[in-house]
Amino acid sequence: MTEAALVPALLVVVPILAATIPLALGLKVDRNGWSVAAVVCTALFGATIYLAAVVYGVVGSGGRVVHALGGYPRQYGIELVADELSTLIALLVTGVAAAVLAYTRVGGPRGNTFYSGWLLLTGGLLGLTLTGDVFNMFVFLEIVGLGTYALIASGDGPESAVAALKYLILGTVGASIYLIGVGFLFMSTGTLNMIELSTAVPETAGYDHTLVRAAFAFVFVGFAIKVAQWPLHTWQPDAYQHAPDGVTPLIAALVSTVSAYALGRVLYTVFGPEFLAVTPYATEVIVAVGAVSVVAGSTLAVVQRDVKRMLAYSSVSQFGLIVAAYGLVTETALIGAIVHLVGHGLMKAGLFVAVGVVAVGYGARRVEEYAGLAGERPFQAGSIAVLLIALVGIPPSIGFIGKWYIAVGAIEAGAWIVAGVIFLSTMLTLAYAARLLETMYFTPASATDRAHAPAGVATDGGTPSRVTVGMLALVVGVAVTAVALGFAGGTFFELLDPFVEEVFADV
Amino acid sequence: MIELLASRYAYALMFVLLAIGLYMMIANENLVKKLIGVNLFQTAIFLFFVAVAYVEGGSSPVVPADPDPGAQLIASPLPHVIVLTAIVVGVALTAVGLALIVRIYAEYGTLREDTLREVRADD
Repeated sequence: MTEAALVPALLVVVPILAATIPLALGLKVDRNGWSVAAVVCTALFGATIYLAAVVYGVVGSGGRVVHALGGYPRQYGIELVADELSTLIALLVTGVAAAVLAYTRVGGPRGNTFYSGWLLLTGGLLGLTLTGDVFNMFVFLEIVGLGTYALIASGDGPESAVAALKYLILGTVGASIYLIGVGFLFMSTGTLNMIELSTAVPETAGYDHTLVRAAFAFVFVGFAIKVAQWPLHTWQPDAYQHAPDGVTPLIAALVSTVSAYALGRVLYTVFGPEFLAVTPYATEVIVAVGAVSVVAGSTLAVVQRDVKRMLAYSSVSQFGLIVAAYGLVTETALIGAIVHLVGHGLMKAGLFVAVGVVAVGYGARRVEEYAGLAGERPFQAGSIAVLLIALVGIPPSIGFIGKWYIAVGAIEAGAWIVAGVIFLSTMLTLAYAARLLETMYFTPASATDRAHAPAGVATDGGTPSRVTVGMLALVVGVAVTAVALGFAGGTFFELLDPFVEEVFADV
Repeated sequence: MIELLASRYAYALMFVLLAIGLYMMIANENLVKKLIGVNLFQTAIFLFFVAVAYVEGGSSPVVPADPDPGAQLIASPLPHVIVLTAIVVGVALTAVGLALIVRIYAEYGTLREDTLREVRADD
């Protein structure tokens, strides 16, 4: 086993073990949580960059890195696999987890237990990204869930506990339904490894086997809850709105993103494009669920007045776009879906951090309270504007590349409805983005009575919440990255091409 | 149909339990009972995995030192391991859920969802 093969295992084990450090150290040292989390997350980001260099062939010859846990063969052991796709998602996870800490250092929530949850969630997300075993995926799905429920409930208000409980019940049902699908797959093939399944499904069971089709249905519905597709999205707006401002960027950027990645992984690596093509109504159902979510999510976003809630509904629609792209079953659409996953994660992380910064510094939470923001806080307003425009999909931006590839894929597949839905979603995204832009830039601050920034006094004698240079640098940095990646469309295509070629090899 | 139920009753039972659990989650106004519904839902799936592993006439998958282990008839151990892991996950989820319910009760003074909705609407 080479050095690089150890990295996937360390990426999962280190954050989960490190999650105990803030608690244990808390007996002696107060407020060590942030430092521990910062050191661990930065180290994880560094390790993932090294892994990416190996996988993409910057160091050595490239190709996937596989770690067989305990050295057991994959027929009954568990593998962690870093290939072209999972490495990209792992980069996003570790990058965002490390970057958002720049907000939480002063913006809170504080406390050692909070950072234990943070590290547990990061470890779960990395496990979910790297695992090559469908049952192991269930376990990590639940670890991610546990971390998310705990972090959402760390908010001050009682509302956050209610939102977390709602998510807990729905999320558990989603993961359990996925587990039923895994059970059916195991019954029909006798294996749980994804690579083994990809050959065992057609050869041992056959694509038209009732158990395989039932497994597909259960897996898809289970993930539809986790990814928050209409009408199973109801947990998401509550969870995003009532989570603390420091937590929302992390969960909005990563939790649903990694679940959507896992859905894509199961659809394309386990079942394969051929299964989707030959099973009656499989692609139709996936595309329909995605397309309806796009329209419903955008429409609901337009009528929201709370900015966090509006962005949460916007996530429902953007994930709808990704799910619809999965259902198109063309190479271009799959690349588009992956690029949009990463791009949406980045943009939403930036937007939610910016919303948190505005809430701390300007005291604004609702759309009308953003009036006059551009005059008083030009950097914050500018970054929000850039990110919103990127989310709409105006070039050059990462949002444009994802939508472009998906649209081209839709036209290749002859799915004119999806092409129309993309156009419609762009219009609706523009509708809610433009409303916020108009308020920020053209409505004078005096026109509405805005809530004033919270008084800068912390009763426990600690530092009060305030806008720091780190927060501003983070927001501006994400906005610049979202635009800069707009020029990297070709690079994304080259990086992901080996994975997509392999998936579509036998079609 | 009768024959199917007689020979595969464990699978039928799983879906009955699933449905009862789901119904409890949706229809019951009491948050603790909702969580019991979640537990029932999960337990039904555990039962399903154990039923999958069953081998007619097989013993439990604790293999004694035997010169010819392949000749023994034992139940499949892998689903049992899966269920053990899933039980641990389920216990953790129940603990977090109960902790959240304790906090909701402390904040709002009620465990019923309809009362909770009224209290929150008044705020």
